Amino acid sequence: MLRIWRGDASGGELKDYVVPAEEGQVVLDAVHRAQAGQANDLAVRWNCKAGKCGSCSAEVNGRPRLMCMTRLSIFPPGQPVTVTPLRTFPVIKDLVTDVSFNYEKARGVPAFTPMASQPEPPFTMFQSDVERSQEFRKCIECWLCQDTCHVVRDHEENKPSFAGPRFFIRYAELDMHPNDSIDRKKMLQESQGLGFCNITKCCTEVCPEQIKITDNGIIPMKERVVDVKFDPLLRLLRRRRRQSP
Amino acid sequence: MPADETYEHHEYDVVVIGAGGAGLRAAIAAHDAGAKTALICRSLLGKAHTVMAEGGIAAALGNLWPEDNWQVHFRDTMRGGKLLNHWRMAELHAKEAPDRVYELEQWGALFDRTPAGKISQRDFGGHRYARLAHVGDRTGLEMIRALQQRAVSLGIDVFMELTVTDLLKDGDRVSGAFGYWRESGRFVVFGAPAVVLATGGIGKSWKVTSNSWECTGDGHALALRAGATLLNMEFVQFHPTGMVWPLSVRGLLVTESVRGDGGVLRNSVDRRFMFDYIPEFFKAETADNIEEADRWYDDKTNRRPPELLPRDEVARAINSEIKAGRGSPHGGVYLDIASRRSPEFIRRRLPSMYHQFKELADVDITREPMEIGPTCHYVMGGVEVDPDSQVSTVPGLFAAGEVAGGMHGANRLGGNSLSDLIVFGKRAGEHAAAYAEMLGTNRPQVAAADVATAAEQALAPFKAGQAEENPYTLHQELQDTMQDLVGIIRVEGELKDALERISVLQSRSEHLSVEGNRQYNPGWHLALDLRNMLLVSQAVATAALERQESRGGHTRDDYPMTDPYWGGLNVVLQLKQREPPVVARGGPHQLSVRRQPLQQPPPELAELLEDVH
Repeated sequence: MLRIWRGDASGGELKDYVVPAEEGQVVLDAVHRAQAGQANDLAVRWNCKAGKCGSCSAEVNGRPRLMCMTRLSIFPPGQPVTVTPLRTFPVIKDLVTDVSFNYEKARGVPAFTPMASQPEPPFTMFQSDVERSQEFRKCIECWLCQDTCHVVRDHEENKPSFAGPRFFIRYAELDMHPNDSIDRKKMLQESQGLGFCNITKCCTEVCPEQIKITDNGIIPMKERVVDVKFDPLLRLLRRRRRQSP
Repeated sequence: MPADETYEHHEYDVVVIGAGGAGLRAAIAAHDAGAKTALICRSLLGKAHTVMAEGGIAAALGNLWPEDNWQVHFRDTMRGGKLLNHWRMAELHAKEAPDRVYELEQWGALFDRTPAGKISQRDFGGHRYARLAHVGDRTGLEMIRALQQRAVSLGIDVFMELTVTDLLKDGDRVSGAFGYWRESGRFVVFGAPAVVLATGGIGKSWKVTSNSWECTGDGHALALRAGATLLNMEFVQFHPTGMVWPLSVRGLLVTESVRGDGGVLRNSVDRRFMFDYIPEFFKAETADNIEEADRWYDDKTNRRPPELLPRDEVARAINSEIKAGRGSPHGGVYLDIASRRSPEFIRRRLPSMYHQFKELADVDITREPMEIGPTCHYVMGGVEVDPDSQVSTVPGLFAAGEVAGGMHGANRLGGNSLSDLIVFGKRAGEHAAAYAEMLGTNRPQVAAADVATAAEQALAPFKAGQAEENPYTLHQELQDTMQDLVGIIRVEGELKDALERISVLQSRSEHLSVEGNRQYNPGWHLALDLRNMLLVSQAVATAALERQESRGGHTRDDYPMTDPYWGGLNVVLQLKQREPPVVARGGPHQLSVRRQPLQQPPPELAELLEDVH
């Protein structure tokens, strides 16, 4: 049995749907069956049904998941599976939420800008140097990490000054790009809210791409920010630069 | 329809419909050319079907094989397409693909590298040299992100989760587009002298498909209704390797890279059966014994393994093996890389395949073979366009990517799709912008009456009438019809049967009925999509009935041979117009069919095609 949240911005409730079980089914299959047979207007966002596009994000028994990659067989038999919309974002209808917060944050990221030494492709870059950024470019933008992050999950007030884990690894990706020339560290610390993160690793746990968001992205960025801020040599250099006419 | 509903109205120079690779690249090009540009996508940005492309982008960079160049790529593409490609498109594609790939790198894409620090390239079916720029097996994601991030940084206006239901015209010319916001169901009118269709494919009309719900052939149907012509719609590619088990993921793509990286096909008696299916056309360039085939991966002086024949050949062979009773327990055959490469190699080169089988089928592909079978994947046919500008036969209407026809002939080579998107996306965007500018103040106007009709027809499913039809049921019946009667192997009787059934479904589609309201209502959306799916399915079946030969992605049981007469002809379809012509509605349609001579390549290009290695 499936228990799906139905409603809109004004409120809603859980409704039960009985759908036949079939070997190998995922949660999205069951939702689709309910939609086709019992609730034609049940709103659900999905595209590839292959874990590649990151559209069908929802909370299944309270945990942020991709519905297309969640097998029904992982849940105890005989008990209902509860599907609710992402809690961090405003509900539009049923399982669909308004995720425009993320697209606004994306607009704020200064684009990749090649170094003067290698301004135009073909770039010479080695596999060992691109690999770190490649891990972050696996991100399918499902927003599960944004949804689970406690800095914004129940704190609407933090949203304007917090980009969230997805964008921390976007900044990390650009910072670690072997041929990028822009320093975004100050911005990341001062206006994107890197400091809010107290590395509880919730984001890493829900990532369907198994990106080590905290260990490989956020922590190194926190270290790099600190290095720039407190490095005595750099501080001396900065002071001299300020003093020079 | 509330008469007092006022429509949100936007004016642009260029409106791009679809935000996969072609749409994004077209919007960037139109913006760069100075046009006021809108990019419309029916999903969220970055979720389009391009994201599912796995293997790579074909471009003769020559990074691994300096012998590679545009001429060889041109030749491979034409031969893979059974020489039915528009030669000029294949030429432009082969020449421009390398620059378009480097452009992605300029915008932040990070491809896998060679030891020398260049973009690495991988082997794929039908390509003489390792030619596909890639990132593991998630190249489509890399491409869409690079383009998406570029478009966002340029500040291009993006309309997310907005579906266009009709094109608008002023006389012969396109004047804009009409659509609805998914979120609210409210209507939007775009006034624009130039519209670029970049809507992708049609696979959602088949039951076993690798395509997402978005691939409903909207652009093909919009073009037909706007008076444009469709080319060679009979050519539908069934990818040889889709998952077959569990049923819930039947059709899900298994990348050709598995074979490019060493995987082989076996039947239930453990035979590498592809050696039994080497066609005459490819005999000279295909290895006929296991030893030579296995040497080829490291030494390209050997001939290619038959597993890497073009997709149409491999899909037909698998189909024959299954029909002959040599299939796997769940109705596929075996794709084996476990016995041929190390677990580390497999996990590094094919991470998402490893993940996909592990999560969805409990199969560890580093230890056991995969069960696979053909799945509807791509349509080679599409809107007839000018090869240089991508303009259709309707002034102001452009098409790029999968929705456009001609480039891939009778069969597309793997990797040529992503390169097609960026080469012709750019061209379509540039030419659309130039056309809009050339018009000056002589811009076509949107007619209020057409807008009112479009709105009325879009809302028809909410008016409950007699003999109500459920859109989900109708969709399923269409999928069964196309799967059973217009699949890999076709025959006259079945195609006629299919056309009759489609006509009945079209009549029934006039009575589609949906519950609920206009706010984010998938039942309503499907009811509207079905009109397009039905029209496009009719187009495929009509063209398939017309072409009396077997070639590429079109196999006729009653005409099993390739016929030189048909090798010189395109099958061209046009909608016999109703009034008002442009607007979508239910009910049967009439299509006219024409045999149109194929343009022959100039001698210097024709010469390249003779080279059979």
